[in-house]
Amino acid sequence: MPTSPPPPTWDTRRQRRQARLQRATQAGIGRHVEAARIKTLLETVIAPGDRVCMEGNNQKQADFLAQALSECDPQQLHHLHLVQSVLALPSHVDLFERGIASRLDFSFSGPQGGRLARLVQDRRIEIGAIHTYLELFGRYFVDLTPDVCLITAQSADAAGNLYTGPNTEDTPLIVEATAFKSGIVIAQVNERVEHLPRVDVPGDWVDYVVVAPRPNHIEPLFTRDPAQITEIQILMAMMAIKGIYAEYGITRLNHGIGFDTAAIELLLPTYATALGLKGKICTHWALNPHPTLIPAIESGFVQSVHSFGSEVGMDAYIAARSDVFFTGADGSMRSNRAFSQTAGLYACDLFIGSTLQIDLAGNSSTATLGRITGFGGAPNMGSDPHGRRHASPAWLKAGREAAGPQTIRGRKLVVQCVETFREHMTPVFVEQLDAWKLQESLGMALPPIMIYGDDVTHLVTEEGIANLLLCRTPEEREQAIRGVAGFTPVGLARDQAQVDQLRARGVIRRVEDLGIDPRLATRDLLAARSVKDLVRWSGGLYTPPSRFRNW
Amino acid sequence: MDQLTFQFPAQPCKPSAKASLCGVVSSGNLEVLITQGAQPNGCEVSIHTSAQGFAPIWQAVLADFAAHHALGGTAITINDMGATPAVVTLRLGQAFRDYCGGAQ
Repeated sequence: MPTSPPPPTWDTRRQRRQARLQRATQAGIGRHVEAARIKTLLETVIAPGDRVCMEGNNQKQADFLAQALSECDPQQLHHLHLVQSVLALPSHVDLFERGIASRLDFSFSGPQGGRLARLVQDRRIEIGAIHTYLELFGRYFVDLTPDVCLITAQSADAAGNLYTGPNTEDTPLIVEATAFKSGIVIAQVNERVEHLPRVDVPGDWVDYVVVAPRPNHIEPLFTRDPAQITEIQILMAMMAIKGIYAEYGITRLNHGIGFDTAAIELLLPTYATALGLKGKICTHWALNPHPTLIPAIESGFVQSVHSFGSEVGMDAYIAARSDVFFTGADGSMRSNRAFSQTAGLYACDLFIGSTLQIDLAGNSSTATLGRITGFGGAPNMGSDPHGRRHASPAWLKAGREAAGPQTIRGRKLVVQCVETFREHMTPVFVEQLDAWKLQESLGMALPPIMIYGDDVTHLVTEEGIANLLLCRTPEEREQAIRGVAGFTPVGLARDQAQVDQLRARGVIRRVEDLGIDPRLATRDLLAARSVKDLVRWSGGLYTPPSRFRNW
Repeated sequence: MDQLTFQFPAQPCKPSAKASLCGVVSSGNLEVLITQGAQPNGCEVSIHTSAQGFAPIWQAVLADFAAHHALGGTAITINDMGATPAVVTLRLGQAFRDYCGGAQ
């Protein structure tokens, strides 16, 4: 007689979770874990082959937990699959060098880009894909759900409730994906307190809490010292404000983190005000609290800012400007990377940023030979969302420029702002991106292109603005790009007659075409010329980290 | 250290100042001095630069500027410490506006 198959089980993940929690209990570890026992906990509740998410972005890092995991026994923990926003800490890379982790899905590696490329070449790491943040976050809820997450918060109470402080960032999202698919949530906190200022993550979503010996690391990545802004950046900022922001009436936007965009922020109270643009541009932002935005806020330019994370030294200023920033009942900021990325994608009319290389189709990349850096949020912000349905004057104007007055949709403005040469006379404009050679040497499925050329609408260089929306053929587009590529080999190879024609049509516009006096492009035009000026604008509320103080 | 000289044909200009000076000699920057030259339909340029081997780019940057501005009758003296073409063009534009006058 044939035996019938055993009834299916539908809660293997939950059973597995219970077994792991029980093993930890047997090892004498409860909800509140002593820092000295953290490795025992990790070796007990993580299993070989697990998908692990170590929280960290380019701002806050679960650095204590990452360090502890990297020091675990590779005999016990191996073949881990890391699924996380950034690979930024040396300990993250140590995991692969020590054989604890073997596979990686991520968004950004920044300072570890060189080590990462070497690991790939030595075949000690397998990269699933380089994502943009929202894409990776989406996959947490589809096919890259973490089995265990190691997160970080400011403080915890006895029940395990967490207060993240202003740097909420990715925490709620990571916990949600892990806790509700029978995963295990481990949090490092800076302190245990009796009463939290507010609850950012409920305690029943958190399995273990450890007070780290040192506060979590937070990088002041969005602080740009106005003293380092050049006159070329000021000139390009004037062009962007007069030739793009004013003409399209850009009210809702996101800025990249470079000095080019910091220059724009610092020209709002001066140049843009003189042009009569206050109240007409730059009122609503998806942006981290850039210190260089303080003068524009204080001048009444800015109505609202939602942030991905906070910025070191900005907390008191933000708390005192709750009309502008999103803050909790406790007064401190609540940031959220996933929501701000969504805002940047669907609710903003313009993204402007910089890059290291642009090719003849307008594709741009920050990937250079020997480094895998990833892109963070740029591919998301710098893309035209085809799911968008609401209209705005800027979006409609751009859509009509691209497809005529009868178009059934608008276009997001995606602007790349670059000086044609970088340091050491390295040209930004190139015939072929290094990304293609990287793809070949690292065996990637796709070249690591940050922003696709067909999403780019405008290029701003010291030579002028190229409006790619008005180009009607790939040849025109190429000549429009060459026409603002200055004296780089790509620029020198332009067809002068075609470029003159594009200029006559307004596709290319020079400084003089925009009615800009180059003599105004001096540092006197900046609303703040030093970090100390920013502190003064804030009425002393901004307290910059020591590396930005020279007084 | 390179010393370069160029001559370009150019439309005569109408100066409103005897000379104009723009910029400073510092890393990535340059000093541009415009004075009266000998040729009413030409511009003489003399360059001292700390960066060697960029004569073709100087030629291209200056020829482009001379083609778009009435530089005839001027002599331009440049002391450069590795300025990019962008900075060179900006300084030339600033010095030329000052030399020819015109409200800011």
